[in-house]
Amino acid sequence: MTDHVNSIEAGVIELLGHRVPADTKVTSETRIAGDLGLDSVAVLDFIQDVEDRFDLSIPLERMAEVQTIGELSVAIQTLKRAR
Amino acid sequence: MALLSKFDDMRAALQALAAGGRNPFDVRFEKILSATEAVLEGRPCLLFGTNNYLGLTFDESCIAASVSSVIAGGTGTTGSRIANGTYGDHVLLEQRIAEFYGKRAAMIFTTGYQANLGLISTLAGRDDHLLIDADSHASIYDACKLSAAEVIRFRHNDAEDLARRLRRLKDRAGNCIIVTEGIFSMLGDSAKLREIASVKREMGATLIVDEAHSLGTRGKNGRGVCEDSGVESEVDFVVGTFSKSLGAIGGFAVSDLPDFDLLRIACRPYMFTASLPPAVVGSVTAALSRISTDASLGERVRQNGSKLYRALAQEGFAVGPEPNAIVALKMPDKEAAVRFWNRLLDQGVYANLALPPATPGSLSLIRCSVSAAHSEAQINSALSIMISVGRELGILGPESKKTPAQVAERVPA
Repeated sequence: MTDHVNSIEAGVIELLGHRVPADTKVTSETRIAGDLGLDSVAVLDFIQDVEDRFDLSIPLERMAEVQTIGELSVAIQTLKRAR
Repeated sequence: MALLSKFDDMRAALQALAAGGRNPFDVRFEKILSATEAVLEGRPCLLFGTNNYLGLTFDESCIAASVSSVIAGGTGTTGSRIANGTYGDHVLLEQRIAEFYGKRAAMIFTTGYQANLGLISTLAGRDDHLLIDADSHASIYDACKLSAAEVIRFRHNDAEDLARRLRRLKDRAGNCIIVTEGIFSMLGDSAKLREIASVKREMGATLIVDEAHSLGTRGKNGRGVCEDSGVESEVDFVVGTFSKSLGAIGGFAVSDLPDFDLLRIACRPYMFTASLPPAVVGSVTAALSRISTDASLGERVRQNGSKLYRALAQEGFAVGPEPNAIVALKMPDKEAAVRFWNRLLDQGVYANLALPPATPGSLSLIRCSVSAAHSEAQINSALSIMISVGRELGILGPESKKTPAQVAERVPA
């Protein structure tokens, strides 16, 4: 069940909650770098939280293809299935 | 859409910065007086942000070597190393660097940036994996972009995190190449090379260490944090620069790898750019000779760094994790950093303003670098100004009765 993209997305949004103001609305379509006021270093730090939670490494070139929370969740699902 | 509209955010950020006083990207020294002083805005200014760690930019022997080299060899080589740009002195300098590190071979590059760009992007091929410290310099990140390998960041200076990421790769094809730095440029903290080298050994990976800020400033013989940590035999490649401790420009990589010279015909940032001009090769060769024969240069820069760091910490500044030639002051926020930096310049001290996203942990920093050439009086003077600006801006608490010289004297080096 943990491979289900919706549960991955819920985990990602929960992690993001530690880095953005409490009243920030985050959905599948939220752009990680563009919509949340995070600078590039903060985005990469958030990705490290995600990597720890899901016990995987997301290569930088894979991250370059990801813009939204939904895309990140799909990337995590793909990487988990590839193992 | 305007061609440069993609930089609108940058333009706005720059305008906001400049509105706080000066544009930090457009500081113009009218005259360089010595390794530690310049003229800025018509006034003398102490240099505490130039990475001139050993103060060799005005060393008599380096200048004499540079002058005789330019007279003998001309102003430029007009070609790349693989065409007409290899002179006997380039090869001699490579031999000297290899000897200095006790390694089989060295390659020199036209800048330190290109040394990382060239070495890392060439070593890491399509099936390989690059594991880089999260706080790596831009040249390492850019090298990763140029490489065909998969790129994975590990948590800053965290050997356990590195090991975890290497374990995830254990069933994958390809080489694992770890990249880290001896001293990290923003906070001045040292790599935990003993732990990282141990993980490297255990996991059968390759290790590259960039000693840009630690050549000459660390190690009994100036061979950096690798020497200090006793891991030189574990490190497969050391990368470095001529632009800091050696007072010129250029970069290098050294290794014991038997086929190392093969990189000369595979490494594009080495092959497709003009080689270093004779004047630079001459001064760098002389500077290397200076640091090989005068251990007091390294001792002095360490003493000066330690003195500034401990005195600032004792006064209540939030500083980096350890004393080194880089001394970083953590500012409460970006606005405070901009004000602090401008007030330092008003009073004749140049340091670096370092702001997110160029800094780890989104910190706003005043980044100072000390030199072996700084006198005690210059350090006390800079210290006095930093403390007085810290009080003026409310970053430090109320004034103590001590003078900065007394603060410095009371603090063990």
